[in-house]
Amino acid sequence: MAAKSNLKNMALSLTLVCLVCSAVLGSVYAVTSGPIREAEQAKTTASIARVLPAFEGQPTLESVCVDGVDYNYYRAPGAGYAVISTVVGFGGPLTLMVGIGEDGVVYNTVVLSHSETPGLGAKCTTEQGFIDQFKGWDPAARQLAVRKDGGEVDAITASTITSRAYAKAVAQSCAVYKHLSENE
Amino acid sequence: MSKFGLITKGLLKENPTFVLVLGMCPTLATTTSAMNGLEMGLATMFVLILSNIVISLISPVVPDKVHIPVYIVVIATFVTVLQLLMQAFVPEVYETLGLFIPLIVVNCIVLGRAEAFASKNSVGDSTLDGIGIGIGFTLSLTVIGIVREILGSGSVFGWKFIAGDGILAFVMAPGAFLVLGYLMVLFNKLAKR
Repeated sequence: MAAKSNLKNMALSLTLVCLVCSAVLGSVYAVTSGPIREAEQAKTTASIARVLPAFEGQPTLESVCVDGVDYNYYRAPGAGYAVISTVVGFGGPLTLMVGIGEDGVVYNTVVLSHSETPGLGAKCTTEQGFIDQFKGWDPAARQLAVRKDGGEVDAITASTITSRAYAKAVAQSCAVYKHLSENE
Repeated sequence: MSKFGLITKGLLKENPTFVLVLGMCPTLATTTSAMNGLEMGLATMFVLILSNIVISLISPVVPDKVHIPVYIVVIATFVTVLQLLMQAFVPEVYETLGLFIPLIVVNCIVLGRAEAFASKNSVGDSTLDGIGIGIGFTLSLTVIGIVREILGSGSVFGWKFIAGDGILAFVMAPGAFLVLGYLMVLFNKLAKR
């Protein structure tokens, strides 16, 4: 039968359980923290490889402030920049990595994290027709906005808000590139 | 109850989703596709089995008045362990389920089995109960996921059999309620026979 519910027993059992649980969590964390860091690292490396042409050496993480917003970006020697840009999408923050070559033209884009509606806005991660239109986009020649807003981006059907956010993130990244290239 | 009965009752007589109607939050939210439903079911099963084992072991020495906090701490520990393991070894799965993994802590099925079964039964029986209810939950979620994926995206386990979109409403929350409701009717009708 269960031990008596007096103060001593209750405090003792709760303390013991918490101690044991903390010890378990601590050891699991110690074992997994390495692989977790590696998995994150691998994801970043894979994303950079996708948004930029092949390059030699290690990309370096730097940050810059443009129009009052801080941006992180990777500088890849000889290939360009991979800018991380976060905007507000339909369901929450939408974070993109945008690769921009040294000529200022978008090389490729990839979604790092999003919370868009499955089947609608979430298509921005799978719909090749939508993603590929940004490849080779020259922000100086063509306006980065959906057609509804007077730009040239073809939006995903029924997901104008997500498409608008995506285009904005790409445009922001191009602004970051412009800022970087003008200040060097 | 026979050992075999302990496992099968989770599938039919005490199916957590269609009969007990517990754990509706992850059921409705994560079953947008068959794969998501399956993964969520397996994640819950992992926590369910381990927490059932530990709770049946410690319940004789835990004073009655603090058993709920003790169980919650045990369950939360296993959920965090699961979360760390998933982040480390299957980051893609972790990303799709994301928020719903920590929510397993408050899943009524896990605490419900701890209270109703594991705290009163032996370790062996509690393990079997965890396996049974876990399989029942996983199968239910997978079935809901399959139906929603077929209707909503025109595919099964990511394999597309029609080009273009399905009926998008089924991928979103209203479709989840519809599918769950109809499956519940169907399940109870068949189970009654």
